[in-house]
Amino acid sequence: MRPAAKPEAPGLGRSETGAAGQFADLEHERSASLLGMWTFLATEVLFFGGMFTGYIVYRTFYAEAFREAGGHLDLFWGGVNTAVLLVSSAAVAMAVRAAGQGRGKSTAGWFFSAAALGAVFIAIKAHEYTRDYREHLMPLRDLPFRFPGPHADQARLFFNLYFVMTGVHALHLLIGMGLVLVLAALSWRGRFSGGRDAPVEAVGLYWHFVDAVWVFLYPLFYLMGR
Amino acid sequence: MAVNSKEGLSPAGIALIGIVLLALLALTIAIARFHWGAWNLILAMAIATVKLILIALYFMRLRYSGRTLWVFAAAGFFWLLILVGLSLSDYLTRRGPY
Amino acid sequence: MNNIASMPASPPAEAARLPARHYLNEAHTLRSWFLTTDHKRIALLFLASITVFFLIAGVAALLMRLELLTPEGDLVQAETYNRLFTLHGVLMVWFFLIPSIPTVLGNFAIPMMLGARDLAFPRLNLISWYLFVGGGTLTLYSLIKGGVDTGWTFYTPYSTLYSNSAVLSTVAGVFVSGFSSILTGLNFIVTIHTLRARGLTWFRLPLFIWSMYATSLILVLATPVLAITLLLLAMERFFGFGFFDPRLGGDPLLFQHLFWFYSHPAVYIMILPGMGVVSELVAAFSRRRVFGYKVVAFSSLAIAVYGFLVWGHHMFVAGQSPYAGLVFSALSYLVAIPSAIKVFNWTATLYKGDISLDTPMLYALGFIGLFTIGGLTGLFLAALGLDVHLTDTYFVVAHFHFIMVGGMVMGYLGGIHYWWPKISGRLYTEWMGRFSAITAFVGFNLTFLPQFLAGYLGMPRRYWAYAPEYQVLNVMSTLGASILGVAYAFPLIYLTWSFWKGQVAGPNPWEATGLEWRTPSPPPTHNFETPPRVTGEAYERSHAARGEA
Repeated sequence: MRPAAKPEAPGLGRSETGAAGQFADLEHERSASLLGMWTFLATEVLFFGGMFTGYIVYRTFYAEAFREAGGHLDLFWGGVNTAVLLVSSAAVAMAVRAAGQGRGKSTAGWFFSAAALGAVFIAIKAHEYTRDYREHLMPLRDLPFRFPGPHADQARLFFNLYFVMTGVHALHLLIGMGLVLVLAALSWRGRFSGGRDAPVEAVGLYWHFVDAVWVFLYPLFYLMGR
Repeated sequence: MAVNSKEGLSPAGIALIGIVLLALLALTIAIARFHWGAWNLILAMAIATVKLILIALYFMRLRYSGRTLWVFAAAGFFWLLILVGLSLSDYLTRRGPY
Repeated sequence: MNNIASMPASPPAEAARLPARHYLNEAHTLRSWFLTTDHKRIALLFLASITVFFLIAGVAALLMRLELLTPEGDLVQAETYNRLFTLHGVLMVWFFLIPSIPTVLGNFAIPMMLGARDLAFPRLNLISWYLFVGGGTLTLYSLIKGGVDTGWTFYTPYSTLYSNSAVLSTVAGVFVSGFSSILTGLNFIVTIHTLRARGLTWFRLPLFIWSMYATSLILVLATPVLAITLLLLAMERFFGFGFFDPRLGGDPLLFQHLFWFYSHPAVYIMILPGMGVVSELVAAFSRRRVFGYKVVAFSSLAIAVYGFLVWGHHMFVAGQSPYAGLVFSALSYLVAIPSAIKVFNWTATLYKGDISLDTPMLYALGFIGLFTIGGLTGLFLAALGLDVHLTDTYFVVAHFHFIMVGGMVMGYLGGIHYWWPKISGRLYTEWMGRFSAITAFVGFNLTFLPQFLAGYLGMPRRYWAYAPEYQVLNVMSTLGASILGVAYAFPLIYLTWSFWKGQVAGPNPWEATGLEWRTPSPPPTHNFETPPRVTGEAYERSHAARGEA
């Protein structure tokens, strides 16, 4: 029989295979955690999807206003940020690969670079937000909104969508950076060796997803109205 | 249940996918410089979708995964299609905006 | 709750003993409950918390019914009444109905029905409970702050621009508890995929598992849309980022589209688990295989998918385009098909069955009858023309209470009574159970049948006062609600009593067939001494007759 769990809080603990007690072995546990992460990503698709639906509806009606407003975003820094995220995804793919081969220090290195790229993204985003704020394009609470053009109200709708969608995306990226840094530290200490690398793969999936969301945000906000 | 296999791209393969993604980014920016009306949006979305597929297949290793994961990966998008599609069934048939 | 094993079974006539070690007496500290990862203990944590929310929401309902005893607004004023029905709706929907069967019975029974030791992610399961309690606490905090007056639907622009009540904290509470829903659904899906016992193929799964799988699909795919909708609402109200604000060209109906994309499927989150329980009960108490097993299984999935296609029928008179109304109306009729399939198949299962009318079965039969009425009146409301007359009347109130209270609460109580011997290891007093089931049925009908009439005659919902000609119907309704209150309070008393003092049940008091009945009652922490193997179809009696594994 399984060894009894810690008497303090009844539960299963881990079995002699190294897997959690409800699984037969590590491979079994891995398939469950991958399935779990993909399920979670499906929920994320719909979480962002609610906002994309809003974007689609309003853009259908206010295409002209959206084009005008999109022209006020910074094409260059937005493009740089897209490139930064794409490269970070490649770094995470390398980290996951290294973890699968049991090279913990290499995993840590790649994860660390991905987190650094994430930080670059956030810094650039902060720079853009600051600029929008100075140009009175950020209608936060009672801040004034000044938009030169005939469709100021609908342009404000565009900026509301822009700030919330990129803001929620940035929040996801920050969470991803936290996860990746924790995993970097753990894998440096060899926690994921010997086939126990399922968490690395799961977090990698999350990172790629956050990257893929940006792949859609960039053209929808920055490239309209060029 | 084989939902995953541990194989994946080599470092060169990962680099190649990364370069293709960056090239697609350059392409989409270049296209945005032209004014082709509705085609701008269609092409931009098509390129974004190709990028998404590349990321999912190679970085997220769907290509090397079992059928179950494919279904799970597709499910979110299928349901999103329901949300967008049926919402638009209202918006596109209204008389005038609101 | 701690001295079960040490106490001799109270009725001396019964020779049966509880097992020496089981999940309840594994450890007795508070820590062993609040940090447990055992799905059975977490189920009990959920049971305790949703019971609290049910009681609070029930008191709100009772106050409303008392106010409606007379046509004038005498007991409470309009402002208070608005807050009462909002509180009742928010708590009942998100803190009782949606979590009820999944988090209590699902948590408790799913791993055992699969022959597994636990859910796939036990710690996530515990986190889910903490999120639930956190969300519930935030919502109750809004009650202390004076409550909310928007109705449980939080329609914009009232909720974002005009309401002077505690909208933000309530919305935050629902948002947080939504993540609890998502994690529970995710956990169930992965568990059902990966932790089935050897030989337990998809088409050998008990129908309760199929319905929980379908429910989890909705939990996982619909709840995120609610989360983002509420987030946008909060952004608009707090930060002034208008999304649904008509002054900017925003569309309040967009909020309704997004909201009902979640909230209509949420109706099926509430009813599908009840259907799953009823399938188990009908099979167990008529001692037959469920008629048309595969069709019933697939109808659960069909309901889950169709459920996403019909949300626009909540918006027929809201300003949605008539063409969209037509589409949603037609699609709404389709949902009747898989629901009817279930009702017919249960009935066919009963036919020539060896039926015993134990307490759970009485609840199940009540479910079938009340759900049928609730479902059929739904067809009235799906008809575009008739809906114009019936929208926002008591007809709608009666319709969805037939589904949710007549259906889901009956199913929930039936399930609780069915698995109670497994949960506690002990039996409740049978006549008390039967008495409660019958009283609930009578009280329920007396409460809500008159509301169909009042609504059809034109009595609008959500008002604290009404025209005097509706008084007779309202007095009947209030009387029924009082009876219903008794019928719900009574099980609370005798079930609690039986948890410590009831007769020892033995592993399988109902002679039912599922794997969960092949473990001792209460089960050990790891559920099964040896991982079970399944060689027969679901509900096969010869299979159960072979005795304990």
